[in-house]
Amino acid sequence: MIDDQTLDRHGLKPDEYDRIVGFLGREPSPAELGIFSVMWSEHCSYKSSRVHLKTLPTEGPQVLQGPGENAGAIDIGDGLAAVFKIESHNHPSFIEPYQGAATGVGGIIRDIFTMGARPIALMNSLRFGPLEAPGTRRVLQGVVAGIAGYGNSIGIPTIGGEIAFEPSYAGNPLVNVFCLGIARAADVIKGVASGTGNPVYYVGAKTGRDGIHGATMASAEFDDKSAEKRPAVQVGDPFMEKLLLEACLEVMRTDALVGIQDMGAAGLTCSTTEMGSRGGAGIEIDVSLVPQRESGMTPYEIMLSESQERMLLVVKKGREAEVERVFEKWDLHAARIGHVTGDGLLRVKEQGRVVAEIPNRALTDECPVYHRPMEKPAYLDEAQALDLDDLARRTTVAANDGLIALLGSPTVASKRWAYRQYDHMVQTNTINLPGLGAGVVRIKGTNRALAMSVDGNGRYGYLDPRRGAMLAVAEAARNVACAGARPLGATNCLNFGNPERPSIMWQFGQAVEGIGEACRALGVPITGGNVSLYNETDGRAIYPTSVIGVVGLLEQAEHVLTRCFEDSGDVIILIGEGTGELGGSEFLKAVYGVVAGQPPALDLARERAIQDLLVELAGAGLLRSAHDCSDGGIAVAIAECCFETAGRGADVAIDALGAPTVSSLSEAAALFGESASRVIVSARPALVTEVLQRAAALGVPARIIGEVGGARLRIAVGGRMAVDLSVADAEQVWASAIEGRFAKQVA
Amino acid sequence: MTFAVIVFPGSNCDQDAHHATTAVLGQMAEFVWHKEVDLHGADAVIVPGGFAHGDYLRTGAMARFSPIMGAVKTFADRGGPVIGICNGFQVLLEAGLLPGAMLRNRGLTYRCEYIQVRVEQTDTPFTAGAHVGQVLRLPIGHGEGNYYAPPDELERLEARRQVVLRYCAPNGAIDDDANPNGSVHAIAGLCNEQRNVVGMMPHPERACERLLGSVDGLVILESVVKALTSA
Repeated sequence: MIDDQTLDRHGLKPDEYDRIVGFLGREPSPAELGIFSVMWSEHCSYKSSRVHLKTLPTEGPQVLQGPGENAGAIDIGDGLAAVFKIESHNHPSFIEPYQGAATGVGGIIRDIFTMGARPIALMNSLRFGPLEAPGTRRVLQGVVAGIAGYGNSIGIPTIGGEIAFEPSYAGNPLVNVFCLGIARAADVIKGVASGTGNPVYYVGAKTGRDGIHGATMASAEFDDKSAEKRPAVQVGDPFMEKLLLEACLEVMRTDALVGIQDMGAAGLTCSTTEMGSRGGAGIEIDVSLVPQRESGMTPYEIMLSESQERMLLVVKKGREAEVERVFEKWDLHAARIGHVTGDGLLRVKEQGRVVAEIPNRALTDECPVYHRPMEKPAYLDEAQALDLDDLARRTTVAANDGLIALLGSPTVASKRWAYRQYDHMVQTNTINLPGLGAGVVRIKGTNRALAMSVDGNGRYGYLDPRRGAMLAVAEAARNVACAGARPLGATNCLNFGNPERPSIMWQFGQAVEGIGEACRALGVPITGGNVSLYNETDGRAIYPTSVIGVVGLLEQAEHVLTRCFEDSGDVIILIGEGTGELGGSEFLKAVYGVVAGQPPALDLARERAIQDLLVELAGAGLLRSAHDCSDGGIAVAIAECCFETAGRGADVAIDALGAPTVSSLSEAAALFGESASRVIVSARPALVTEVLQRAAALGVPARIIGEVGGARLRIAVGGRMAVDLSVADAEQVWASAIEGRFAKQVA
Repeated sequence: MTFAVIVFPGSNCDQDAHHATTAVLGQMAEFVWHKEVDLHGADAVIVPGGFAHGDYLRTGAMARFSPIMGAVKTFADRGGPVIGICNGFQVLLEAGLLPGAMLRNRGLTYRCEYIQVRVEQTDTPFTAGAHVGQVLRLPIGHGEGNYYAPPDELERLEARRQVVLRYCAPNGAIDDDANPNGSVHAIAGLCNEQRNVVGMMPHPERACERLLGSVDGLVILESVVKALTSA
């Protein structure tokens, strides 16, 4: 009989155990209990999130593969598919930053090439505690080095992303990694096992005792004992993965493959059951045939190991020699460990003796699904209340000082320190370098390019999970449109606390609703993604953080736009309009240390029209630059347009706020408010009329606000000069805010 | 003409070198797997960037044992043009085709960015089309590009005019701020005594198309095409 302690160690509840006994008609063996524990973990089963995720829009004429496979795929023309997905590696990255982040990158790359696609771009979305907090630098340095170490070595460019700093991530950083690959649409390969008698092969690194119960670890909160879980973090070997990548893509070209899947979370267990389940078949393997790194491993350990860089393949019977030859070329050994059966069971043997026999459906389709109770959190009403006049009575800052404070805030400041460590140019496709806007790679052999952006905003999520999630979708799609690309599809990474608490589950439910609504309105179906729950340390949850990756297509690669102003005399145009919304803003946080109010409103029809306009203007070659207004509002956006242009300045005049929003912080609100759906573009003087006409035709507000030129950044508000700074000085603050903190130790 | 692009299992700029020489320059190029023992009659050899054998030990340290390196050495001894780019440079150092060694960057981190180099010598097959003092804006991407040679070796290198490229400021001045990795004498590229083997840390193949942001790498690859096709 299995006691409560054993169940607890396996992360299983007593009623779940009863279900297991029901499925088997007997008590489970130790190996079977282990298999159930990982497959029914939150990480693998999505048991808390599944009912919500089902409501997301996942279809569209461009969608070739929606959720349920290793990654999603969209049609990008010329018979090609863009295969992409985002995934979290939060828990391992906190326990062991370098390896946690590195293996996160390794895992998402495997998801992409498993689909038959050659990975061509990586991005990441990272969140940490305040830069000055103890431990943050160590975690940040380790995570960035781990991402660099893996991506650089395997030769996939890391072309951008975001890094944000908030106290809520101090004990639970977020490491969300995104990968995109290209495949011939007709050759996309799936993770299915079928054809009774077809051999099942294991390829890649040997299995060790590392990472056992990694999926279970990712399904629990942190506490002061978390460091003891370090053995549950795996160690990455990018060279092995490079061999696997090349060898697998070569095998896929032979037509000898039925299906393939990487061994990620829950290792051999998850890959065998999922492949069998998708193909309506069973898989029988013998663990004694699995290549092992250590001696004396039990079936339980072999089935649950999360050793990295391993793949499971189902090969057409009679084609074994062909497949083995390819792997040998790459000095990899393909071990035949079993075969496909027709009985729908996962059967695990050890030297011929059955040690586990479980119906696949019990591990996949029929795993527990919870409609967990939801309740609006108590903090919300208080957090949403914001009295600007009260803040103004405490202190006010001059506009120049406010802007400098924002530019020096690590969340806004240049991330060059990080992306300079990433090889962002390998594969010679990168046409927008990191930090200039969305990441953009051209597609060799065509005139096209793909733009991609990953975005989230934890503060918005905290203050209104639904609108925060909508704003994340809108921002990611807007960034893609600013590069000139039409947004086509999305992938989501949902980072939340403990779903067993109704307030967290409410946040989650709200966020998924918001994502669904925004994705529908903006025409970007969700093609896959990942949910990371239990992001809590000592009972305190992170901000509910929805990170959205959007992928878009540029018909003409040479039409790509960056944020940078290009030439003196160019006219600066504001597309969209601001109402001075300071709720949840970077300004309130940087200047007042306050995270309060309502996040900015979002009119999805207006947002869609603006994105359509941007794609149209870029496609007609009418713009010189485009940059979205986000953290720090219009003032920060214009400053960023001046940076990395060799000191090009701007002279801008914006309106003061209208009557309903006037307060003592009116000027700050006009400059630093974060109203959504606003873009700063620049155009040659001769083309301005046409830009404005095309905007009017789509019903989008657009007006001239200034001119590029000089060496100063000047912004007048309502006729009064508010910001007047040397671009070089402002850029110095922005460029050195993060880098300056790391420079000392290497001097 | 035909380039041989050597492919080690961890090479990752092999496709880029192939693309630059074929799609951009209109020449022929063939991948040569590291386990092979001949160069298929190629006219010039590119040892591309990457992490040849994972390079967990020391960059390029194991690549010199790959079977193909014997053929590369013979080809070089006979005067054939060979260029090692980034990891390829490291491999040529380890294989003894070029003198000196690479240390970790002085900043201890990998660095990927545009830098400038100044062309110092034009009597090599890979710089013949450039002029002395020409400043090239090229990308780098490496963690171990801090070139080192002992003082007497350095003296010999300089005396024999083997330093082909030096890191420099945009105006061509050699100053320490413009040196991204701490290389002695700001060395970014060098050649052997016979001047037919060149190693360089920056990536010319990443700077051959305007769309990518720079075409300053073309002169390196075009030089060898001109040298061989006009001969």
